[in-house]
Amino acid sequence: MTKKLLLSAALLFGLSSFNAQAEVEKYTIDTKGMHAFITFKVKHLGYSWLQGRFNKFTGEFDYDAENPSNNRVKVDIDVRSLDSNHSERDKHLKDDRFFDAEKYPDAGFVSTKWIDHGNGKATLQGKFTLRGITKDVDIDVSYTGGGKDPWGGFRRGFEGTTTLKLSDYKMEQAGKLGPAVEDVEIWLSVEGVKK
Amino acid sequence: MILKNNQQHYGSISIVLHWGMAVVIIGLYFLGLYMVDLTYYDELYQTAPDIHRSLGMIMVAFLLFRWVWRLSSVHPDISGKAWEKVAAVWAHRLFYVLIFAVLISGYMISTAKGQGISIFGWFEIPATFYGYDNQEDIAGDIHEVTSHILMFLVAIHSAAALKHHFIERDPTLLNMLGRKSKH
Repeated sequence: MTKKLLLSAALLFGLSSFNAQAEVEKYTIDTKGMHAFITFKVKHLGYSWLQGRFNKFTGEFDYDAENPSNNRVKVDIDVRSLDSNHSERDKHLKDDRFFDAEKYPDAGFVSTKWIDHGNGKATLQGKFTLRGITKDVDIDVSYTGGGKDPWGGFRRGFEGTTTLKLSDYKMEQAGKLGPAVEDVEIWLSVEGVKK
Repeated sequence: MILKNNQQHYGSISIVLHWGMAVVIIGLYFLGLYMVDLTYYDELYQTAPDIHRSLGMIMVAFLLFRWVWRLSSVHPDISGKAWEKVAAVWAHRLFYVLIFAVLISGYMISTAKGQGISIFGWFEIPATFYGYDNQEDIAGDIHEVTSHILMFLVAIHSAAALKHHFIERDPTLLNMLGRKSKH
């Protein structure tokens, strides 16, 4: 009885906000204003970190606060936009011994499942494609924030981390770089603008 | 030995420029072919490209000097049939264009992200045109293709020089070697 009362009170009070949250919100990742980053870091000789990023990508996500299992993410990456702030290294990484970007210019991630852990934490399972090879990847996601922006829009941001193994994507040279370089840590941060 | 060219002979400046640049440029071609196959833990992985870049940038200065020197000098007359003379003139022009294209495209690879090129650690040539999409890849393709064409032209040029020497038996090659004609 009290439950019913509470529910109807809540409905009366916040009908509009409930309506907004009941539907799945659709977002475009703000790569136009570049409030999104896909970075990788890998050990150099095992001694220090090398950081780089992909400058060109597009993506979108669905967000459902009520029913997080509806959350979905899709990102398409232009491998040719790889940038480690050193032209000769970028050229090496893009050639056929590593990314083979001319043959495989497209990489991407499509989520398959959102496992919510509460408190804005989740595991996003999905398929990551690189060099034409698709593997299952789990991304640890945390919600960074959301709300109205000063220009009349609505935004939400998430960050995610995962670790990829170079040998999974058959990079010929990767094996020669040694075990210290086998793991590539990915950090990504996306801000979505509500459609 | 004369310093400047005259109608019959090459002067020592032209001769030194010709052979010096020939040795360095052909050397750079083979060094380039060798170094692109080196892998990360090879001892020369850093040194070979350092030498390649440094000598390449020094060649830009030599090429500019040589171009000015050529425009301001007379040359020994070209021997051969009318079409051979025309071919010779255009082959030499093409040499300048190709060498320039190879050198500049090489510079555009290394400076594509804004870093300069260190010349043997003595000083640095700054980047000027950088940040274009896929600049290092496009410049790399141009560098590779123009280098191969340049070496093809070197082969034709060498064959023509040998033809002058052994078939026509004229003093063209001896002249470039700084020898007085014995023919």
